[in-house]
Amino acid sequence: MAVNAEQRGPSGEGMWQRESRARHFRERAIKIVLAACAYVSVLTTFGIVFVLLFETVNFFREVSIVEFFTSTTWSAAFANPQFGILVLASGTLLTTLIAIAVALPVGLLAAIFLSEYASPGLRRWLKPALEILAGVPTIVYGYFALTFVTPLLRETILPSMTIFNALSAGLVMGVMIIPTIASVSEDAIHAVPRSLREGAYALGATKRETATRIVLPAALSGIVAATILGISRAVGETMIVAVAAGNLAQLTANPLESVQTMTAFIVQVASGDTPTGSLTYNTIFAVGSTLFVMTLILNIVSYVFVRRFREAY
Amino acid sequence: MSEVSGERSGIGRDQGDQPSPAPKTEALGMKTENLSAFYGAFKAVTDVDMEIRPNKVTALIGPSGCGKSTFIRCLNRMHEVVPNAYAEGCVKLGDRDIYARDTDPVTVRRRIGMVFQKPNPFSKSIYENVAWGARINGYRGDMDELVERSLKRAALWDEVKDKLKKSGFDLSGGQQQRLVIARTLAVEPEVILMDEPASALDPVSTQKIEDTMAELKERYTVVIVTHNMQQAARISDYTGFFYIEHMNDPGRLWEFDETDKIFSSPNRKETEDYVTGRFG
Repeated sequence: MAVNAEQRGPSGEGMWQRESRARHFRERAIKIVLAACAYVSVLTTFGIVFVLLFETVNFFREVSIVEFFTSTTWSAAFANPQFGILVLASGTLLTTLIAIAVALPVGLLAAIFLSEYASPGLRRWLKPALEILAGVPTIVYGYFALTFVTPLLRETILPSMTIFNALSAGLVMGVMIIPTIASVSEDAIHAVPRSLREGAYALGATKRETATRIVLPAALSGIVAATILGISRAVGETMIVAVAAGNLAQLTANPLESVQTMTAFIVQVASGDTPTGSLTYNTIFAVGSTLFVMTLILNIVSYVFVRRFREAY
Repeated sequence: MSEVSGERSGIGRDQGDQPSPAPKTEALGMKTENLSAFYGAFKAVTDVDMEIRPNKVTALIGPSGCGKSTFIRCLNRMHEVVPNAYAEGCVKLGDRDIYARDTDPVTVRRRIGMVFQKPNPFSKSIYENVAWGARINGYRGDMDELVERSLKRAALWDEVKDKLKKSGFDLSGGQQQRLVIARTLAVEPEVILMDEPASALDPVSTQKIEDTMAELKERYTVVIVTHNMQQAARISDYTGFFYIEHMNDPGRLWEFDETDKIFSSPNRKETEDYVTGRFG
């Protein structure tokens, strides 16, 4: 020890300083690169919101905001256009409700099975297999709805439904978001500590009682987050509804008829020959803003819920 | 109290002999014969023969990793909850083999409760933590009364009686552990297994749990795993010493006797070395 200290002596002191300066620089550089990446995504989001708002304001210079939210007709491309967002919102709501009605029970039960009942080996390949469903391009789902599900339903139980309809689109959209709900819920359920399950077993609880009355309540916040994530995906889903739901803007609660969702309308206008700056062109920004606000509210609700009802364990 | 025991039926209890409304003070004892426990191919405990006397506290001591916890988990079939784990041999509650083919482990665990090393209250209110187990077991009596009685027996009532609606997680670690004891008592088991119940607790909380032990054995048979030899000497009537002689051997019950005997004049040298603190 003593010999070492002597050998190093003064030169050791200088090396110390040099090293520390170089390290300090490296640490700062890393921090700046990381921060830049974080800010890029945040700034991009702000940029998008700004463009949306800017064009939306242009739209509302020409169209009354009251009419936008109260009119029950949507005829943006006609000579005497009417802009009732309720019509498109009802299309979105209808397809989303159908999708959630499919995806929530199936996804949640799949999550319970994977976490509580499946053997570790089965879970190891079943969960990734389920998640592959989430990687199927949505255009494939769209044509699956149009060319398989609709003909199937028409030939079997629902001969009265139109070729383009909300039901098929909603059902297939539900299939699309099953992996999201199942996978995120499964993570939440699986994260409930084993000690909680053992506590229930030690009281003479059956597997079912343990799963439904101890584990599920403990994982509730994660399950709600999964559900809202699923709803967000359904609300924002575009290709399936654009292909299979009919693009007919009508106010209806009948899932056997054609509807147009907000996203499908944006696709329709954006892929047409609408001149930039025209009223119809600005419409897509107003619709986009509405969509943005809706998903934002969903995300906030999810955030608040997760924080408020998070059960410690 | 009596109506609770009167209502219960199930394995091991000789109902013919006793008039059913008899107050429950006598619990059932347990017995293991040639009990071995496995995790997959690994044998963790081998050939344990032990008689657990009713209404007594039996302490299980020994160095870490010698199978005490595994053994105690075999006593209410919690061992097999771990994937690939299983037990061989015979474990009796009273006269009934709890590993018999026609015995449901759920029924076994209703009769043989368990308190774990780390407090594991449910994410429910204090009241619900105690009531839940009794409710799923079909308790039909006065739930408020049962909750109060169970919390009193676990020496927790005075500290929580004004906040029964609060979450079980709002309690301190020691209080949580007594809450877990209370919820176990609410099911009215015959036997209470405790796997190092005080190892994660401070001395004051440990003291409170030890204090409840003497009262618990009035009504229940108690088996407790502990690393704390003073604790074993203080609270137990019988002591079993688990030991592994060679690395990778399964754990064995090295010596089993009355606690006084184990701590004053044990028969085997390893036991003496351990209780006098020479190793472990």
